[in-house]
Formats: sequence, structure tokens, C-alpha cells
Amino acid sequence: MAVSNEIVDVLIIGSGASGAAVAWSLAETRMKILCLEQGDWMKQSEFPSNGRDWEARRYGDFDISPNRRGRDTDYPINDDNSPMKIANFNAVGGGTVMYTAHFPRMHPSDFRVRSLDGVADDWPIDYATLEPFFAENDRMTGVSGLAGDPAYPPKQPPMPPLPLGKTGARYAKAMNKLGWHWWPSDTAIATTEYDGRAPCINLGHCTPGCAQGAKASTDITYWPHAIRAGVELRPRCRVREITTNEHGMASGAIYYDADGIERFQPAEVVIVACNGIGTPRLLLNSASARFPNGLANSSGLVGKNLMLHPWPQVGGYADERVDGDHAPQLSLWSKEFYETDPARDFVRGYTLQFARGGGVVSEAVDSESRGVLPWGADHHRVYRQLVHRRLRIGVACEDLPEEHNRVTLDPALKDSHGIPAPKIDYAISENTRRMMEHGIARAEEILIAAGATNLFTSRTALNSPGHLLGTARMGNDPERSVVNAWGRCHDVKNLFIVDGSIWVTSGGVNPTSTIQALALYIADSMKRRLATLFD
Amino acid sequence: MSDLTPAESRDLRCIAGMMIPASMEFDVPGADDPTIFADITATLGRDTAHVREALGDLVALAGGAFADLVPARREAVAASFRERGGAAATLFRVILQCYYRDDRVVRSLGLEPRAPFPKGHTLEQGDWSLLDPVRKRPKMWRDPG
Repeated sequence: MAVSNEIVDVLIIGSGASGAAVAWSLAETRMKILCLEQGDWMKQSEFPSNGRDWEARRYGDFDISPNRRGRDTDYPINDDNSPMKIANFNAVGGGTVMYTAHFPRMHPSDFRVRSLDGVADDWPIDYATLEPFFAENDRMTGVSGLAGDPAYPPKQPPMPPLPLGKTGARYAKAMNKLGWHWWPSDTAIATTEYDGRAPCINLGHCTPGCAQGAKASTDITYWPHAIRAGVELRPRCRVREITTNEHGMASGAIYYDADGIERFQPAEVVIVACNGIGTPRLLLNSASARFPNGLANSSGLVGKNLMLHPWPQVGGYADERVDGDHAPQLSLWSKEFYETDPARDFVRGYTLQFARGGGVVSEAVDSESRGVLPWGADHHRVYRQLVHRRLRIGVACEDLPEEHNRVTLDPALKDSHGIPAPKIDYAISENTRRMMEHGIARAEEILIAAGATNLFTSRTALNSPGHLLGTARMGNDPERSVVNAWGRCHDVKNLFIVDGSIWVTSGGVNPTSTIQALALYIADSMKRRLATLFD
Repeated sequence: MSDLTPAESRDLRCIAGMMIPASMEFDVPGADDPTIFADITATLGRDTAHVREALGDLVALAGGAFADLVPARREAVAASFRERGGAAATLFRVILQCYYRDDRVVRSLGLEPRAPFPKGHTLEQGDWSLLDPVRKRPKMWRDPG
């Protein structure tokens, strides 16, 4: 029998990108708000770039895969039946602790894919609805970038962009030679002092946590503000299931606390913010006599339409040393091929992301795995022609929703608390494959224009990019969606979902900016409807 | 402290030295250098099981202790071993990640042997006038109406 806690007004499950944003926004209501997070607080002093083993730790306790990382705060994921492996991070801040901080917004056309391109479904909201929340999120997060990008409606990032560096200048000249669009990325990395954060000093290894604190993760952006405003955040609390009462409303959640004690947390409102894998897992694990197919799943769509963003990587080597790992990896993008072009053999499009190189270890490991680094006496000569000369372009392909791509519960695999683990079934569609090949060919053209040689391609990068979307989609039709246009579950009127699982389509962009704008929009919708929230 | 048996340790050191031998030309030690090899064995950690599995495969390929083979046979077995992937890839990675953090090796690459934090690195701002032709482009985003 679970120990019962005192009731709260709002229970938020998950403290990552969306959970933090919704907590901060709702704090002004003075409601009693509690967030349960299965991970720990992270310490900047313990991030890899503090030590000489910083690269090795990316294959260990800071691996992007929870299966290899295996922290006691992680849960296993069966992704055997997927060419793309799952990446995440479980901590206060969630995936924002373990991301590149590339921060593009979705584009206006991304919300109207059915109307414009005849595929998938339109979103029930649009870019204009989210625009003020994008801006608010940029301010709260601390985004660097440059106004004037012709690929977007006007926006004003609060800080100047990351420097071009040698690598960026090469890409810029190549793109100008080809006559193709490029622009400094919106990046959630501080380039000046910002809200108590120090500016970037080019540690270079942004993904597994920033020792300088320049990278925006919600543990250092939203959470300090939310906690000061009265929100309680309880780490190392793993939720097993959301419970319901005789009225079919959510009544709270059962979780295991830091000591492994089973507790029941009653709540008037429950908000799920566990990402596109964790959220369907939790809803499916919350099946009951009232909701035999999983909570909020009368549509049968919980777990379906998983989108992972296939992300080919195309690389090559310059004839001189460029920036290597001595700067944030991503600072430029191209939207030249983002919008649908009827002349192509696919619909929708992709972003090209221009990356700098890797560290000395990652160059050696990657080159060894590709068989280009000889063993024996010639090893040293060849390695010196590779290290810090790498140029790499990521092709961020839009992944359209397909119901066979899904999250279910694994019949055997469980986490350390005995909670059934998620199982992933995923395949890349033919439209996406054609898009990937188009993007790979364009990336090769760019690299050649940038003077690169010895080109190589990785079509599905291992455990990349960790974008987990679409598994509890939003919509106006309860038979074709899980939540309504402002994040409330059609089936359970005091249950909200705010993470990437509510996405209808995926765009061709890193999702964090849009996930957080959506969370702020949902929080705002809730605040405006407090008196009629459950009607 | 290594969890490897003396025989496993000997084979691992042998393959490390074949993979990356010392070089007078570049003034660097090999991956079988005592300091580097000590780092490899001391930091196997979560990779120990895979490395032991790979070393077992190596012995199976060699038909006995890999380190005891004559050089020509060792080369042939190493070539087959390299193509196996899986656990062998982990073994190669642990050798490389220790080799390329050794102070002598890092200095030979013209880099400072230090952690990125707190000193960081300097990145040149670059010539932002390169953006001028892009600034002149008309809007590219589709207005959904």
C-alpha cells in the first residue's frame, strides 16, 4: 500500500524542457505545484569537460543512450527493432542537459502540412499562436542568434550569435559560391553574461553538459525561477502510474521516492512532461479497469506516430586545421531545402546543420570504425591528416507520422523498480529516404565547395538525434488525437501533456524551442481558463 | 587495478602495440607504452566485459595466446580480428581513448594536455560581411495563409 502525501493543485511529471517551462509559467497562479523527476540534480563541476577523460565519458556515464549509460536514474528502452536508437537524459533538466543547444523554431509551414503539401495532418494551432511564446522562451532560455534570417518571420534573439570561426567561414564561402541560404543558428548558448550565466568560453563539448554553465539547460534557466516562485521539485522520484477516480478524472500518481518507498501523490491536475517515449510509456502503464487500453487512449493513438528525425551525417576533411572541438559544434544552418519543392521526388524538406569537428579521441574512434585509420607505422601520419580538419554537415530530415512507428510496453524488459520498459518499432519511410539522399547529395556539394576531400556519409547516426515526437498527438478530433489544441487529454479533463509527444508533425528542426513554446502556450491556456479548466 | 588475467593483459598490450606503435618520426610512444597501457587497464571499468569477450575472440582466432604468435601470423590474425566489430570495436576504442589523452601524444599534436574547462579556447569571430548576399534574399518561408 502506497504512502499517501498531501494533495497538490498541480502535479507535473518530468522536469525537462517542457516540464520546467510549464512549472515556471504556472507558478504565478500561486497554486501548490509539485514536480516529480526521476533523475538527480546535475552539478556543473561533474560534467565531463572538467577532466582529462572528457571524451571517454561520452562512452560511459554521459553516453547519449540510456541503455549504454545505465545510470540508476535511467530506464532501459528496447530499440532493437529500429534503425535509429533512442537518446535521452534523465535528470533535472532532462534532455536539455544532454543536447547540442541548437535552437531553431518550427517554420510557419510546418503547422499546415496537410493544407500545403497534402500529407499528414495540420496542427490545430499555428506559428502565429506560438510566436509570443517562442519569444518568451528565447528570453527565459537565453538564445544567441542574429535577426534578419530570410528563412523565418522576423524574430530577435536576445544575444549575438556564436562566432563563425575558421570552420564557419569555410561553410559561408562555400554556400555563397553555390548561392544557397545560410545563417547563424539560434543557439541556446550564452554569448554574453545572461541571467546569472557566464558566457561561452568554447569548451567545445556542449552536448554532455556545460561546465561553464553557458549552455541553457532548464536546471539553470527555468527551474531557479520556478523554485523561487514557490514550485516544489522533488528529484529521484520515479512515477509508475497515473491514477484515476470514479469520475474518470486523474487523481494523482503512484511513484517510488529516493529511498524506493512507494508513495501516492494526490493532485487536482496532472501534467505529463516525460518526452515522446516516456509519456506513452507512462500512459500505457496507467491502464486500469476504467482505461483498459491505457490512460487517455480511446483513440488508440497513444504511442503511435513516433517520429525520430532521421539525421544523416556527411563529413570530409579540410586541407588545414579548422576549429575541431574548440567551439560549440553547431552555429550555422541552411534552410535552402526546407520548404516543399514540387520538382523533387519527395514532399517537405530539411535543414542543413553545419558542424565543426570532433575531439582527438572521437576522431580516432570514428576513423577507426570507418576503417580509414591504419594500424602500424602509418597510423600517425594518417591520423595527423584527419585531426581537427573535419567538416561535418547534418541533414535534419522531417519525419512524417506513421502509425506503425510506435512505442509499446515491452513484455519482459523492466526498469530497476519493476516498471515495464518501452519498446520501439520504427522504420524510415520512402519519402524520408528520398529526402535523406537529396540532402546527402547537397551536403556533399557543399563540402566539395568548401575544399573538403575524403567524404563519408553516415545515413543513420547512432543514437542521434534523440528527438522523440508524436506519440500523443494534439488535434480537435478525439478519434484522431490524444490531446486537444491546448494540451488537455480528450478523455481525462484534468490531465495535460506538454512534451514532444503532442507534436502532429516533426518539421525538419531540433525540437526543443518549439516544445518549450508549446508548453508555455499550454500553461497560458490553462491560466486563462482556470475557472472552467475541466469543462 | 585491472580485472584482466595476465594472459589477457599480455594479448591486449600486444594488439595495442600493433595498432599504434611508437614512432621516432613523430616522437610519440606506442599504445603499449607502460604509462598508456596502465591507463588502459586501470580505466576499463564498464567496458571490461566487452574487452574480455573481444580478447576471447582473439585467442580463438589465434588458436592460443595471440602474443605468442610469430609476427606474420599475428598480422594475419589481427587483420581478421579488426573486421569483427562488436566487442572488438570496444577494445579498439578503449585503446584509442587512453592513447589520445596521453600528455606526450597530445603535445605531439600541437595541443595542450588539459581539460577544456576552465581555460576554454579562443574562436575567431570571422567576417560577418560574408552574410551580405544572404541578407539581400527575399523571404523564403512559406506563409500558410
